[in-house]
Amino acid sequence: MRVEYTEDQRLVHQTVREFAARELRPRARAWDAAGAFPEEVVAPIARLGLWGMTVPPELGGAGIDAVSMALAIEALAWGDGGVALSVAAHNSLCAGHIVRAGTAEQKRRYLPRLASGEDLGAWCLTEPDSGSDAAGLATRAVRRGDRWVLNGTKAFVTQGSIAGVYVVMARTDPDAGHRGISAFIVERGTPGLRIGKHEDKLGMRSSDTAEVVFEDCEVAEEQMLGAPGEGFRDAMRVLEGGRIGIGALALGLGRAALDAAVAYARERRAFGRPIAEFQAIQWMLADTATELDAAELLVMEAAARAQHGRPYRLESSMAKLFASEAAARAASRAVQIHGGYGFIKDYPVERIYRDVKLCEIGEGTSEVQRLIIAREVLA
Amino acid sequence: MHVVVCVKQVPDTEAPIRIRPDGQGVDESGLTFVMNYYDEHAVEEAIRIKERAGGTVTLIAAGPARAAEALRAGLAMGADQAIHIQDPALDGLDHLALARVLTAAIASVPYDLVLCGKLATDDNAAVIGPALAEFLDLPQATAVTRLELGDGTATAHREVEGGVEVLEISLPAVVTVERNINEPRYPSLPGIMRAKRTPITVKTIADLGVDLGGSGAARVRLLGLAPPPARPPGRMLEGEPAEVVRELVRLLREEARVL
Ligand SMILES: Cc1cc2nc3c(=O)[nH]c(=O)nc-3n(C[C@H](O)[C@H](O)[C@H](O)COP(=O)(O)OP(=O)(O)OC[C@H]3O[C@@H](n4cnc5c(N)ncnc54)[C@H](O)[C@@H]3O)c2cc1C
Repeated sequence: MRVEYTEDQRLVHQTVREFAARELRPRARAWDAAGAFPEEVVAPIARLGLWGMTVPPELGGAGIDAVSMALAIEALAWGDGGVALSVAAHNSLCAGHIVRAGTAEQKRRYLPRLASGEDLGAWCLTEPDSGSDAAGLATRAVRRGDRWVLNGTKAFVTQGSIAGVYVVMARTDPDAGHRGISAFIVERGTPGLRIGKHEDKLGMRSSDTAEVVFEDCEVAEEQMLGAPGEGFRDAMRVLEGGRIGIGALALGLGRAALDAAVAYARERRAFGRPIAEFQAIQWMLADTATELDAAELLVMEAAARAQHGRPYRLESSMAKLFASEAAARAASRAVQIHGGYGFIKDYPVERIYRDVKLCEIGEGTSEVQRLIIAREVLA
Repeated sequence: MHVVVCVKQVPDTEAPIRIRPDGQGVDESGLTFVMNYYDEHAVEEAIRIKERAGGTVTLIAAGPARAAEALRAGLAMGADQAIHIQDPALDGLDHLALARVLTAAIASVPYDLVLCGKLATDDNAAVIGPALAEFLDLPQATAVTRLELGDGTATAHREVEGGVEVLEISLPAVVTVERNINEPRYPSLPGIMRAKRTPITVKTIADLGVDLGGSGAARVRLLGLAPPPARPPGRMLEGEPAEVVRELVRLLREEARVL
């Protein structure tokens, strides 16, 4: 890590990195092969307090600052990308939305359970026919007496098949465009909430991704999260924070790729010497190291702005865009440096290469980040 | 039960150590420092005692400003308070003089038990614990693998050649711990946030009322430090498998003498 952090921020990073080195990294390959979320990590992650990073201390959370949270996600991703994605989505999206928009009663009811890991959190915006165009979502919530009835299908939901608490964006006014979308909290076990297809993925295979289906799913009126018609705006704010997390996640994967590439380049010999002595290899390592440091500066700048209550929409998009693309290049070069061994599963770079791709897609594709940045630049 | 734990911040054992050009210490630039592993186990043991029997856990570290990080880590694990002895004069002290300084710090708080790591991984001296027992005039047990507290006494298990030695000591006492005594917890994020708000008491040697003049002056002088000899390069045996195996066995027997 390059930025000057405070003592406690360094301690957060050091602690989570050590946890990742001991508990995640040695198992990452097996979890990747299994393609399922490893339930056994829920309790140790809870003991560290990582399920409640965004939750205030009086509700059982760690209440840590945004920079510390980015450092924690970076350190987790260095050990296992999928576990880091699960923790990031749980905190930034599900718990983060409730912290941002919830009533005192909703916070009291859901945040302690999320912070302790007793319930995992999911956040459902994307649908089979709407992703980047999130405001085009078709899930409907219709009022019936003092209750809301949800119908629709949500796609690619992180922790979709294992969550206890779902935050769901649904259309409450069909004529009001993005102003007609509201958010709801739906608990697992609510009649009409059905877990659909579990996705078999390219990477991030240790995170759970599933379809979540609502069929006449009835919730009480007080399950609405935030003001009616404000669900989309709140969701966009939630994503601004989430993107810092994806940037940090990308950074952790990029650093893992660089560490592996450096170790391998020192060890592997060709033409009578370690390949690290070839300038072609050195330049790849130099470019990666430089780009990852630049990514770190962008991610931490966005996090610091969030922490100090300054606007950070532009900064979080830039951080997410640059960090995810830099990390993808880092992984690609790391595979290249490993030669044929980079293409087989015995070396971690093969998995990192697949995992890192998600960072250019989830929580807004690179194209969407460029749209947001361009809009601000041209404003 | 009030437990005092002495902790030291040391270079990460995986960090590459470079010796300073003056040969009087290591080059700290680029080194990562951590709490001495053995001390992590001592802190864990102290917190477990507090969780079972109540009381407090006080950490004491002597060292430069950066040593506060080791204290924060211990506070984040669950210790209650910390004393940081910071003094330019610490640099010139030998282990015995340092033990006298630590003794004064320990004596400034209530305690029923003093825990230390068996040794510090940087200088491997294993002197501080026994020296504290001597200066505090307390019974001691070293390299303890299991500790059970009774009424005014403690039972300590030690691994000795061929078996386990079980000692009973009266409290207060000084106990140094082995790494297999427990599995230290990770500091938790809420713990780190709590630790951030816990003030660390900073004291100089003079604040502790220790006069190191005369007998306290270093009686051991560091003449120099040298890196371990570089490992000779590995040797590749070539030829027919049967031949190579025969040669390997011969080398293991005659040169490496491991067979
Ligand atoms: C592993 C994983 C986990 C996920 N977790 C969650 C989750 O927890 N919750 C959730 O709600 N969603 C989640 N998603 C969904 C994710 O956010 C979407 O996949 C992403 O936003 C892209 O949407 P899409 O897949 O519909 O692609 P589309 O929007 O169909 O995009 C297809 C292509 O068109 C491009 N494109 C679209 N519009 C434009 C434009 N205006 N200009 C230029 N290019 C454009 C895109 O960049 C992309 O290249 C997850 C996805 C994955 C893969």
